[in-house]
Amino acid sequence: MIQVFANPHRFMAFSKAVQPWLYGLAAAMIAYSLWQAFYVVAPEQVQGDSARILFIHVPAAWLSMATYTGMFVCSFIWFIWRHELADTAAKSLAPIGAAYTAICLATGSIWGKPTWGTWWQWDDTRMVSVLVLFFLYLGYMALRAAMDTRQKAARAGAILAMVGLVNVPIIKFSVDIWASLHQSASVIRMDGPSMDASYLVPLLIGALGHTLLMAALTLTAMRTDVMTRRANALVLRQAMG
Amino acid sequence: MSPTPILSAFRQALGEAWAGGAGALLPVGFFAGAAMLVPFGIGHEAAQLREIGPGILWVALALSSLVTMERLFQADLEDGALDLWLQTNAPLSAIAAAKTLAHWLAAGLPLALITPVLGLMLQVPPEDVLPASAAYALGGLTFFFWGGVGAALTATVRRGGLLIALIALPLYVPTAIFGALALQSTASGLPPEALYLAASTLFALAVAPFAMAAALRLAAD
Repeated sequence: MIQVFANPHRFMAFSKAVQPWLYGLAAAMIAYSLWQAFYVVAPEQVQGDSARILFIHVPAAWLSMATYTGMFVCSFIWFIWRHELADTAAKSLAPIGAAYTAICLATGSIWGKPTWGTWWQWDDTRMVSVLVLFFLYLGYMALRAAMDTRQKAARAGAILAMVGLVNVPIIKFSVDIWASLHQSASVIRMDGPSMDASYLVPLLIGALGHTLLMAALTLTAMRTDVMTRRANALVLRQAMG
Repeated sequence: MSPTPILSAFRQALGEAWAGGAGALLPVGFFAGAAMLVPFGIGHEAAQLREIGPGILWVALALSSLVTMERLFQADLEDGALDLWLQTNAPLSAIAAAKTLAHWLAAGLPLALITPVLGLMLQVPPEDVLPASAAYALGGLTFFFWGGVGAALTATVRRGGLLIALIALPLYVPTAIFGALALQSTASGLPPEALYLAASTLFALAVAPFAMAAALRLAAD
């Protein structure tokens, strides 16, 4: 799998074919979940209409973590096998993950105001962990931007992404020691979901839609990166005659 | 593998810290100055200062550990010491760890040593002051090792100091939390949370040297 897509030509052909389908599916799924969220599902019993923000907040929270994990996997693959495309993927994933993390923080804050009566709750372990994750993304992007060659940016970024990921469980654990205001995780539990199916199904479809959107955006960013490099190589070749 | 390059890196780092006049005392001045500003910003009520004093010292300690971090590996890159280390058969991770440890002895341990004085000024009860400085010493060591990863990653970057802060501060979070928890009940010696603090220190000692070594190989290329 890795070896097949390490070839840039094969990747460009594959991503060109797949990209429109990903965008289309993502748009349809996100539109369905938003339509359900705003027009179909009943207001939540306790929180009323404010709980509808869940349909954006939860996919963003899931993607903030999934994207960082993806960045780690790509960095690891690059560090071991030095496939250039793995680095391109890690580089492309970072701003997308940071954007989803920012969306997660913003919607969580907006949701917290009517529910808890405050924009920001330091007691809440998940908000604080996600905030630290946001800073990990910022550090990664700033470090890459400060390096003067592509190769150095790739190596430094890979090291930092790996150091960051081994620290994530410890950060989570340390923040968890604080008291928590949040309800316990209610989508993934050992005894099955406790959420009503009228909420759960649109939520899962929305989460899948946003995941596809993330994948599509990543492919676009990677294609842009590959084409920029080709253009630079062409300019260089012309300049040398 | 011979231990000589590791020892010489350690000695050289210690010597450099004290050779440049007051170089090693600068972080202490920064630390004390930052702690001194707090009562001006917060007010002088003793009860309030006692409440926030230990936490303020954690924040000031984290920031002070970053003050000298930028030069940790940059000088070795510029004068060629890094290239010489790479040619010896001593593991680069051990050399990086020795350098960071020496740097902590010169610029980090003095911070922990001055915490009793600053703690007393911030109205921390006298009987809590000494166990607290042990916690600050452990926490400071952890800060220096994660900061060292940032320093190694940015060794080739001009004016990388702010970048080190952005990279290292998220990694400081667990240590700051465990450290603050450990100080909440120091009346009867160190509480169980101090074990978490020590665990975070051990984790940094185990992971950071390898990340530093990988980053220094990159800087030498």
